[in-house]
Amino acid sequence: MTLLSVVATSLALLFASGVASLLLYRSPRFATAVASAGAVIGCVMGLAASVYALVSGAPEEIVRAAWHLPVGEFHVGVDALSIFFLLCIYVVSGLSALYAVGYMGSYRERNLALPAFFFNLLIVSMIVVVVARDAVLFLMAWEIMTMASYFLVTFEDQRDEVRRAGFTYLIASHVSVVFVFVLFAFLSHETGGASFDFGGFAQHQSWPHAVGATALVLALIGFGTKAGFWPMHIWLPDAHPAAPSHVSALMSGVMIKMGIYGILRTLTFLGPPPIWWGGLVVAIGAVSGIIGVIYALAQHDLKRLLAYHSIENIGIIALGIGVGLIGQAFRNPALAFAGYAGALLHVLNHGLFKGLLFHCAGSVLHATGTRDIDKLGGLYRHMKLTGTTFLIGAVAICGLPPLNGFVSEWLIYYGAFRSGFTLSGAGAIAAVVALTALSLIGGLAVACFVKVFGVVFLGAPRSPEAEHAHGAPLSMRLATVAGAAACIAIGFWPQGAVRIVAEPAKLLVGQEATAGDLATAVGPIALVAAILAGLTLTLALLRWSLLRGREIRTTPTWGCGYPATTPRMQYTAASFASPLLEPFAMLLRRRVHQDGPSGYFPSHAHHDLHYDDLAGERILLPLTRKIVAALGRMRIIQHGHINIYLAYILLTFVVLLAWQLARLRG
Amino acid sequence: MRDIIIHLVILLVLPPLLLGAITKTKAFFAGRSGPPLLQTYHDIYRLLRKGAVYSTATTWVFRAGPIVSLATVMIAGLLVPFGGNRATFVFAGDMIVFAYLLGLGRFFTMAAALDTGSSFEGMGASREAAFASLAEPALFLVLAVLAVLAHSVSLQEAFGVLATGTWGQMAPVLVVACIGLAVVLLAENSRIPVDDPATHLELTMLHEVMVLDHSGPDLAFIVYGSTMKLFLFGALLLQLVLPAPVLLGAQGVGLFCVGELVVAVLVGACESIIARLRLQRVPQFLVAAAVLGGLGVTILFAGGLR
Repeated sequence: MTLLSVVATSLALLFASGVASLLLYRSPRFATAVASAGAVIGCVMGLAASVYALVSGAPEEIVRAAWHLPVGEFHVGVDALSIFFLLCIYVVSGLSALYAVGYMGSYRERNLALPAFFFNLLIVSMIVVVVARDAVLFLMAWEIMTMASYFLVTFEDQRDEVRRAGFTYLIASHVSVVFVFVLFAFLSHETGGASFDFGGFAQHQSWPHAVGATALVLALIGFGTKAGFWPMHIWLPDAHPAAPSHVSALMSGVMIKMGIYGILRTLTFLGPPPIWWGGLVVAIGAVSGIIGVIYALAQHDLKRLLAYHSIENIGIIALGIGVGLIGQAFRNPALAFAGYAGALLHVLNHGLFKGLLFHCAGSVLHATGTRDIDKLGGLYRHMKLTGTTFLIGAVAICGLPPLNGFVSEWLIYYGAFRSGFTLSGAGAIAAVVALTALSLIGGLAVACFVKVFGVVFLGAPRSPEAEHAHGAPLSMRLATVAGAAACIAIGFWPQGAVRIVAEPAKLLVGQEATAGDLATAVGPIALVAAILAGLTLTLALLRWSLLRGREIRTTPTWGCGYPATTPRMQYTAASFASPLLEPFAMLLRRRVHQDGPSGYFPSHAHHDLHYDDLAGERILLPLTRKIVAALGRMRIIQHGHINIYLAYILLTFVVLLAWQLARLRG
Repeated sequence: MRDIIIHLVILLVLPPLLLGAITKTKAFFAGRSGPPLLQTYHDIYRLLRKGAVYSTATTWVFRAGPIVSLATVMIAGLLVPFGGNRATFVFAGDMIVFAYLLGLGRFFTMAAALDTGSSFEGMGASREAAFASLAEPALFLVLAVLAVLAHSVSLQEAFGVLATGTWGQMAPVLVVACIGLAVVLLAENSRIPVDDPATHLELTMLHEVMVLDHSGPDLAFIVYGSTMKLFLFGALLLQLVLPAPVLLGAQGVGLFCVGELVVAVLVGACESIIARLRLQRVPQFLVAAAVLGGLGVTILFAGGLR
């Protein structure tokens, strides 16, 4: 059975179960269950097939079929890059579909068939995006993906901010897709205009420099908006918190990676890059990564914070791609391989731990009804499993050993360090910039996730909601445990992970690259992980045996002699982040609403701190205004009188007629 | 095998001595006689024999903090060569693992601090997070200088190449890298001018306030781990300052240990003669270290010294 037929079966299953849930709309419970069951089965099937295909190195498959459209053939196929992204889609979608069963249960009064249908449709469209081999099918699937996710984002459309988030998302997606349209039209034109076939683009040799550069910039804007590069990220921190948590997990875990897929796919068309492409992508990655994590630190909405971390992680992925491009430009396949392998593995890893973290955030929301970090605290007592899995996700996303995030970041570091001393001039400098940015991002991410984990799960509850939190339903717990297990597995077995990304990375490098070296290079990481686990266990045993039989007392935390401490006096997320944000004050705007205590017997005091994202206001809005002003000149021909428009039509006809007549004569 | 045993013995036995040397130096500057040189060993032993007190607010994360931070420092110690003595664990990319292991330890120490629900410890964790995240790029830039100079991403190999005599034309690069690393050493180990481990006021401390609620064997682990971390940064600095064949060979190990004591005395002297920086100034101090590291890299590339 070929991979494509498994993919087709899974697509049929996903779509059919989605439609079935629409038919079952009268019973909200069944609607979600049926759609999720179909999705989970389809995803498990697809996952198994794609892992097998990647490890066994299955050959490229392509299917062409007639297509009643004037744009060439209907064309699907899989190569290593598609299979890798299929794997990412299947694994995260499967977990999110499982999670949805329990999570959507709390919305029982609503029609759950529609979100279940759109959820499955979103998975279907993402799969079609990565198997499409012609631009028309690709764009169709891309638009369905946008629409399906839009309807999922606006699920709670009774809330004003959700409607606004959906609107921002819709506008951003449509502006960006215009660039993708232009990109494909441009590539098609440059290859002779005969077809929109990806194979044709890829076989075209030697693009002129200006053409390649234009295509890259179009791809970076068009696909980069979906991926969430700064400053085109503005839709992302609004849309992710607005959506239900399993949808946030799916969007953040894999949907934004479709942007990365688009960029990588475009790079496979364009052939060997000049050096400045690598520099540009490193710069984009460094800016997105650093600004993303700084904004994440400034948030106190749990899901919004995670959304900003997606921007940070997309930045890390871009740093990896940048290192890959630099290696390619210097015709050093080993370095390029390390960069691309790191970037691809980070795509998978981010899908796993960000999916996990959004699922845990959903469990917190489910249990307490609030996303405000500063209203939570001490949740670990009531939600041990969610707390533990969140901790695993947090350590993983910080890129700390012994979990999966470290493996991918290590690969990018490794490529960057080696580029620093093997390459010359601009390549080496870009590599050092990449590794410095990565270290700053790493340090700030640790700060941010200590803040989240500490303030949400540890300490004492800051509100009655947090005090009366309850555990999550079984399906939600299963999904988080599976996600955490995957993070641990990759961390302890990096060789396996490198094998999975080896084929797609080779495809990107293009030149002869050997995966073997890198698979041996990550060997010691597995050893470090094992020693770390062993030593931690030994020390824990040592501590246990030392304390056995001795007096162990429990008392309240020492309040420095002050007897009337309350949980609200604990350090909040805002205070925790404050010294971190001070050095970066120029990137943020701080808004303080203060209502201080007054009078001899002060009764009420209030202090509220917000940080605004300035990208929209300082960069995108002025830019849009300029464009609107420039296009406003066209208004000269618009008057709103219907007779004038009729005159325009007549004029057009006359001009066309005259032109055609002149042509016939000539 | 011999190397491994010597390495483990040095790593496990010597570190607490450094804290004694620092205290002794500070006492000398203050005109006191100070506690004995071996006081830290005694303190650790005493703490190991005690029971423990835990806050009612805490979970297992609080108990895991000291264990994970000690385990990570110990494994990081296996990656650092001690003079002529080979590191136990050498592979390409171990520099990155070194930095990130310490990051993991810090993650758990800070999480343990937040677990108590005390504002003071939260404040300590927050400041530690702020300064550590700024020290991280500085450390990586110094490592980049090292890697580029030695054409290796492994600490053992890099110091080995350096030891074959690179001072001379590389002097400007090494000087800025050493200053950068010295700043990172002071920041990572919570010494003056970044942090004062000896004050009596929680508000003015960073690292010490984070571990305020730990007691008994947990506190012993923390003290032991922090001396070991100081020892490791001392080892890095020492081998960057003295990249000479004199550190290689059998007598080199002895020289290395003496050198570590000299580093401790210098840290103590530094603590005695300069004041602590205002908290708002610390980020500038750390950014300056990163700038020095960046300067080192720039000289390497621009000067064509590679």
